[in-house]
Amino acid sequence: MKSRYDLLVIGGGPAGAIAARTAAKAGHSVLLVEKRPAIGAPVRCAEGIGKEALAEFVEPDERWISAELKRAEIVAPDGASMLLEADLAGSKVGYILDRKVFDRELVWQAAGAGAEVMVKTRASAPLMEQGAVRGAVLETCGEQKKVHADITIAADGVESKFSRWCGVDTTVPVREIMSSCQYLMTDIDIDETCTTFFLGNKVAPEGYLWIFPKGRRTANVGIGISGKKSGAGHRAKDYLDRFVKTRFPEGKTIECIVGGVSVCRPLERTVADGLIIAGDAGRVVDPLTGGGIYNAMYTGNLAAEVASKAIGDGTLDAAALMPYDKGWRASTMGKAIERNYHIKEYLIKQPDEKLNAIIHSAKCLDMKDFSTLTLVKELMKRNPKLVAELAVLKASL
Amino acid sequence: MLEIHRDVCGYCGCCVSVCPEGALELIDAYLEVDDHCTSCGICAKVCPLGALEVKDEVKV
Repeated sequence: MKSRYDLLVIGGGPAGAIAARTAAKAGHSVLLVEKRPAIGAPVRCAEGIGKEALAEFVEPDERWISAELKRAEIVAPDGASMLLEADLAGSKVGYILDRKVFDRELVWQAAGAGAEVMVKTRASAPLMEQGAVRGAVLETCGEQKKVHADITIAADGVESKFSRWCGVDTTVPVREIMSSCQYLMTDIDIDETCTTFFLGNKVAPEGYLWIFPKGRRTANVGIGISGKKSGAGHRAKDYLDRFVKTRFPEGKTIECIVGGVSVCRPLERTVADGLIIAGDAGRVVDPLTGGGIYNAMYTGNLAAEVASKAIGDGTLDAAALMPYDKGWRASTMGKAIERNYHIKEYLIKQPDEKLNAIIHSAKCLDMKDFSTLTLVKELMKRNPKLVAELAVLKASL
Repeated sequence: MLEIHRDVCGYCGCCVSVCPEGALELIDAYLEVDDHCTSCGICAKVCPLGALEVKDEVKV
């Protein structure tokens, strides 16, 4: 570890790894620090990602793909289901990853591109100079060291603290944290190419329960519920245990993980002097699906591109970094976040009867692509009332 | 005061994200609470496992 780098990246998840890879490829000196002793573990994710979304940043590799998806199923509170099929039946639409191997691969690529990597190393405070972030105090195995950097990228995940220490309020409203729990279950009967989503206020209040296949007779079976609905005796784990007991009584749980997923609007500002905030730390998770892997990679990459230019220009203030903030908001991803935020806000207010009615409107939908936009458009065609109820979306559909 | 049941905690960081005071920090698998904590109980509510508990101060 040197005492000075062009770029310091805090966090070794997909946002941090892609940021480090992009900046290193551009020829910058980069240090990526990860507080955990191992990249990718423990997993905090249901591990789903769309086919095209993944390919934008990394070539698919069977070493970290657990399952290839061909369809999805949405199950109504009353048990009726709607199948979402690719227009071209049987074609691949997405993947369930093996994040332990995937995250490690991305960091491997960052290292291969020239970035330095330090694990079991935690940023414990920002280095501030005249109100600007100029690196961080790093702690590794009992030693403390100041590392200066032109720009620091905070990619420290849902439990992000770094931006807060720099004066950015990152608090997630209690009703907009998905309190989540997931079992990796094996020896269960599932469709190994289909993701299944269960909706309903009894099943998963203001959230959903999922079965995401992970290979032969194995799946991530998990749930996210609104923090508002969580409490003693009715926590995410309580709901999940109840579901698993009836659905997979003979299944074997070989991993139990928990997590928080933010479904709020992104931070109002994701840059400050010398600082860029990327991935979950910036609260850029898709508020409807809770998906964050692509959004993390997208913002990580853009953060590094903008940082690279700013370093080249020698101007490191917030104004020089604003193209990052403006850029992701104006992107397809940014627009999807805004649109899906409205859809989420609408859906969580609906009683089970309404959710039943929407799902009853089709047994099977042919999707020209597997996006939430296509799904919503198809549902609107079949439920004309939705058009008026979701009028706020009119401009973005 | 906030009590962390370490045998229950899944060190996921869900609580850290909702703390309005920034009083919680997840250091790898170890959740820390500092003296900014106001015992508001938000973290205890959202915890997926129920690892956090606000206990009444014992007045001596």
